[in-house]
Amino acid sequence: MKNAKGTVLKYGDNVDTDVIIPARYLNSSDPAELAEHCMEDIDKDFVKKVKQGDIIVAAKNFGCGSSREHAPIAIKASGVGCVIAETFARIFYRNAINIGLPIIECPEAAKDIEAGDEVEVDFDSGKIYDLTKNKEYQGQAFPPFMQKIIDAEGLVNYINAKG
Amino acid sequence: MGMTMTQKILAAHAGLDKVEAGQLIEADLDLVLGNDITSPVAIKEMEKMKVDGVFDKDKIALVPDHFVPNKDIKSAQHCKCVREFAHKNNITNYFEVGEMGIEHALLPEKGLTVAGDVIIGADSHTCTYGALGAFSTGVGSTDMAAGMATGKAWFKVPGAIRFELTGSLPEWVSGKDLILHIIGMIGVDGALYKSMEFTGEGVKSLSMDDRFTVANMAIEAGGKNGIFPVDDLAMAYMKEHSDRPFTVYEADEDAIYDETYTIDLSSLRPTIAFPHLPENTKTIDEITEDIAIDQVVIGSCTNGRIDDLRCAAKVLAGRHVAEGMRCIIIPATQAIYLQAMEEGLLKTFIEAGAVVSTPSCGPCLGGYMGILAEGERCVSTTNRNFVGRMGHVDSEIYLASPAVAAASAVAGKISCPCRL
Repeated sequence: MKNAKGTVLKYGDNVDTDVIIPARYLNSSDPAELAEHCMEDIDKDFVKKVKQGDIIVAAKNFGCGSSREHAPIAIKASGVGCVIAETFARIFYRNAINIGLPIIECPEAAKDIEAGDEVEVDFDSGKIYDLTKNKEYQGQAFPPFMQKIIDAEGLVNYINAKG
Repeated sequence: MGMTMTQKILAAHAGLDKVEAGQLIEADLDLVLGNDITSPVAIKEMEKMKVDGVFDKDKIALVPDHFVPNKDIKSAQHCKCVREFAHKNNITNYFEVGEMGIEHALLPEKGLTVAGDVIIGADSHTCTYGALGAFSTGVGSTDMAAGMATGKAWFKVPGAIRFELTGSLPEWVSGKDLILHIIGMIGVDGALYKSMEFTGEGVKSLSMDDRFTVANMAIEAGGKNGIFPVDDLAMAYMKEHSDRPFTVYEADEDAIYDETYTIDLSSLRPTIAFPHLPENTKTIDEITEDIAIDQVVIGSCTNGRIDDLRCAAKVLAGRHVAEGMRCIIIPATQAIYLQAMEEGLLKTFIEAGAVVSTPSCGPCLGGYMGILAEGERCVSTTNRNFVGRMGHVDSEIYLASPAVAAASAVAGKISCPCRL
C-alpha cells in the first residue's frame, strides 16, 4: 500500500460524525457534494484549507456517533490521504476500511504531532514519520485480513476479487 | 475459559464451538437493515458487486424513516431509490409511509428481531435489539451492501463489560436515566469496541421499553452492542410479536469480562446529559441554576415507545406547556401512534399545547420537524447532543427521559415531575 504524505490538520477528542458531515447534507450521497461540507461544524475553514494528500490528526474516539458512511466518504473526497488518531469509534473504523480511507491508530503520534507538520505514514510497517520534528512513531498496523481489504481499496473490490 | 452471551451468539453464527475476544470471524446474518439515508449508498455499492441480487429477500429490512414523509427533492430521490430497489428485489420487509415507523421501534414490533439473532443495520442504533437477547450492531453502507449480497459480515469478536443491576427504579426514573448514568460514568468511549452486557436481578424490574432504550444507547458509550438476558418478559414480548423461533444464549459462569460495574437501580435519579456529549451528565439534584428551554422533543428510536408516551402524558395531563415552548411529540411507529390515540394520550398532548407528528427521525439528527436556531436550547429524549446535531452550531441539546422532558416543557426550564 502506498505511503501517505502531507500537511497536518489537527483536532481534539470525540470528533463526531455530525460535525464531520452534518445531517442537513445527508440528502445527498454524492462524494464531491459531501466534501464541500466536510468538517463544517467543527472547522468552517477546513474546506478552504485542505489540500490533496493532507493528513488529519485527532485525539481519542474519532468518528463517534452515527454510522453514516458519508463521513469517511466526505473526508476521502476532500483529498485527505490519511487520518491518524489515538483511537477511532468502531463503526467509523469499519467504514474507513470498507471504503478505502487509510486510517491508523497511534496515541503518541496523535499527541505530539502539531498542525502544519509534514507527516509521512508507511502503512505496511505502521510507522509514522513527523518530517518537521524529525520524529518517528510506531502505529498499529492492520491485521492481514483488514490489510487485504485496504489493498483492494475497499470491501466491494475485495469481495469481487474473492469471487 | 467461558464465553460471554455475545460471544456465544457470534460463535454459533460463525459455525465455531468457541471464539475469543479479538478473533476475526465471518458470521451468517439473520437480518440486514437500512434506512433512507444509508440504503442509497449501499444500493450503489451493491451494484458494483458481481452478484445477481440479494441473498434472501426475507432477511432484509428497508425502512425509510429519517427524512420521510420526504422533506425535500433530494430526500425524495433517495426514498425513490430505496423503493425501486425493494420492488426490484421483492424485499418482503420494505415499509412505506403509512406502514413505517422508526426502524428500531418498528422491527421488534413486527417480530423481525428475536433472541439469538445476528443483525447488522446501517444505522448506529441497530444495537437496540440486544434488549431481546440478539447480537445486533450498527455498520456502514458498504457493510450493508455486502450483507445484502452475501448474507455474511466480518466481525472482530468483542470483549465485554458487565453491568450487574440490583434493586428497582424509583418513580419517574427510567431506562433512559440508567443508560445516561452509565455513559456519564464510563464516558462516550468507555465501552469502545466492546459488548455491554446487562445482568443481575435488577433486570426483571425493567420494562421491555426500558430495555430497548438502554440497549439503544450502548453506541453512545462506544459499545459494539448492548445485550440483556432473555427472561420471561422478553419471551412474552417475542411470542406476542413474532412467529420466528428464537434461541436463548446465556453467558458462561466463567465468561471473561474486562470490567464489572454494580448499579443499584433504586439509587438512580433523573439524569440529564448537558451539551455537547452524552457523557456530560448531571442528576436533577445537581442542577441548581435555572436553564431556560425553547423546545422539547419526545420521541426517537430511543424514547418514542408507548411507555414513553404514557409517561409524558401522565406529566402533561391537566397541565399546559410554558408560554413560547414548542413541544414536539413523535410516536415511533404507526401502531404506537394508534395505541396512543386509543388511550387518549394524543388528546392529552394536544390539550397541553404540544404537537404530535407522524413517525419520523426528523428532529433527532437535525433533519427537519424541529430544527434549532442560533442560541436555542432543547430538552430531548433522543440520543445525541453533539454540536449542531439538531440545527445551528450554537444551539444546545439536553438529553433526558420523557418524564424530565415533559416536565421541562411545562416549567419552561429543565425540571422533573417531582418539582412541578
